[in-house]
Amino acid sequence: MTAALDAIDRAIVVATQDGLPLVDRPYHEVARQVGISPDEVMNRMDRLLHEGAIRRIGVVPNHYALGYRFNGMTVWDVADEHIAEAGKRVGDLDFVSHCYHRPRHLPDWPYSLFAMIHAKEKAQADSLAERIACVLGDLSRGHLVLFSSRILKKTGLRL
Amino acid sequence: MDEIDRAIINTLQGGFPICDQPFAAMAEPLGLTAAQLLARIIKLKADGIISRFGPMWHAERMGGELTLAAMKVPQERFDEVAGIVNSHPEVSQNYAREHALNMWFVVATEKPGRKAEVLAGIEAGTGIPVHDMPKIQEFFVGLRFEA
Repeated sequence: MTAALDAIDRAIVVATQDGLPLVDRPYHEVARQVGISPDEVMNRMDRLLHEGAIRRIGVVPNHYALGYRFNGMTVWDVADEHIAEAGKRVGDLDFVSHCYHRPRHLPDWPYSLFAMIHAKEKAQADSLAERIACVLGDLSRGHLVLFSSRILKKTGLRL
Repeated sequence: MDEIDRAIINTLQGGFPICDQPFAAMAEPLGLTAAQLLARIIKLKADGIISRFGPMWHAERMGGELTLAAMKVPQERFDEVAGIVNSHPEVSQNYAREHALNMWFVVATEKPGRKAEVLAGIEAGTGIPVHDMPKIQEFFVGLRFEA
């Protein structure tokens, strides 16, 4: 499902892509920038939140700054016929932040299920990956954990 | 960071209200005034503890495209290639990872069809094949980090 954005919605995205203005009445400030009424900004953002064009509104912590230095992309080779079951089991784990089915790129990339984990210590990260391995059991034919060694860019969506 | 900062991070990772004075609404349960909450958020942002405060937009639900792409970059060209990849505004995140496929980046576009152009541009600009790994299905997104 997609939400069709009109020109005014798009102007709201542009006005907020760096974040909400940090003032007492932030939606009024967005309205001033876009050139519409505060009520219209709020009604539109309510709709965009309801339709899923906005995932959520709030704080995005820098997880490195909070001490989460071990951010691992765990990748699993799961047969296509088991992917729905595997995805459900892994997606239900409370420590997994993102869980996706993605295409393989054979021969050098047989992995089809991706799950992100975050830990403050290497040993904890290893144990989280181990817990995923346990819930997948025989559904996984092989896996890797790719830690990020450097953030090269992180800006979020830009229009 | 003190206990109040931690409480702000732990309670404000979603659910920020859409109303006239949202900071006032969120400040009260934290035992703060709106002005105190704003001052703390401004400081947490300035200190790099939080990277953003506001709506998280969802490219695909906006009619755009989102994908994860990976490349095998020779070590001696790593910084040069990172520069080329990062120069595209559609690249929203880029990470070095420890694998033969050692560069992983997210491409978010506003209009359908643009993703293929960006990936082709990166291939042409670097001479390195790009593995496109768009999601087939999303099982879960939405972690709350405990501060």
